[in-house]
Amino acid sequence: MYHKRGLWAIKAKNGGVFPKHEKKAIAAAPTEKPPKFYPADDIKKPLVNKRKARPTKLRASITPGTVLIILAGRFKGKRVVFLKQLTSGLLLVTGPFKINGVPLRRVNQSYVIATSTKVDISGVNVEKFDDKYFGKKVEKKKTKGEGEFFEAEKEEKSLLPQEKKDDQKSVDAALIKTIEAVPDLKSYLGARFSLRAGMKPHELVF
Amino acid sequence: MPFKRYVEIGRIALVNYGKDYGKLVVIVDVIDQNRALVDAPDMVRGQMNFKRLTLTDIKIDINRVPKKKTLVAALEAADVKNKWESSSWGRKLIVQKKRASLNDFDRFKIMLAKIKKAGVVRQELAKLKKETTA
Repeated sequence: MYHKRGLWAIKAKNGGVFPKHEKKAIAAAPTEKPPKFYPADDIKKPLVNKRKARPTKLRASITPGTVLIILAGRFKGKRVVFLKQLTSGLLLVTGPFKINGVPLRRVNQSYVIATSTKVDISGVNVEKFDDKYFGKKVEKKKTKGEGEFFEAEKEEKSLLPQEKKDDQKSVDAALIKTIEAVPDLKSYLGARFSLRAGMKPHELVF
Repeated sequence: MPFKRYVEIGRIALVNYGKDYGKLVVIVDVIDQNRALVDAPDMVRGQMNFKRLTLTDIKIDINRVPKKKTLVAALEAADVKNKWESSSWGRKLIVQKKRASLNDFDRFKIMLAKIKKAGVVRQELAKLKKETTA
């Protein structure tokens, strides 16, 4: 074993003696006082959890500018342009609104088919959109008096704030230009996807 | 009723089962009642059961078990690739492959083209109908 590991060469290189490390000086721990009270039963300690919260792993087929097909919800079947993945893991997506009525919206990766069609998204600035932008607005609850219970509940239709409409327009402006440059892409995004007779989803190339 | 395509040395066959599905191979020797020695420019020469082969109309002129170089030269000389791709069977397979590889966007564009073509045909038909009834 001595010759096999070449220990003779290491010894020779170091001048006939094995190289030694100096032991690290351990700082003397401050002396702890023994606790006054030991509990009768052992208290259970929870297990260590070193997991970090991360956004869902994005499928390799989904890159900024990919055309996605939404599979569930109000916009099922719509073909839509992918912008970016938010920190919650949801995908930020836009119709564009003028083309198919899908606004800036969040969508879950699991309810989406990624096609191999890509749109150039370099002219679009999506920095300002995050999950808080899309969260539900919490209204301060007003304390109700008895009299107010009998009044018809005020139906407040929450109108879309003008700010959101402007955001939609600015994002879509650059997108629509690049979309119109490709023939048939505009009508493609305006049409819904559906399965016809003879189409086998597991054999289709998207 | 009589057979037209025979198993012979130099017969081109299409593999219809297994790892080499869809390839065109040359029958280079017959091993026994069920198996042939089969070769193609891009595969190692090996045995194959006749049940895995479908014979084509194309035949090339080679000796029994030629060297790979001679085989490739004979295939070039007989222009097998072009003959196959211009035959109706070969064209069908090419179209099938193209259709299977279509993108979702491609399928949409094809749908638009089909509708356009049908529109043009229908217009012409209407014109002709008017002429015959007039």
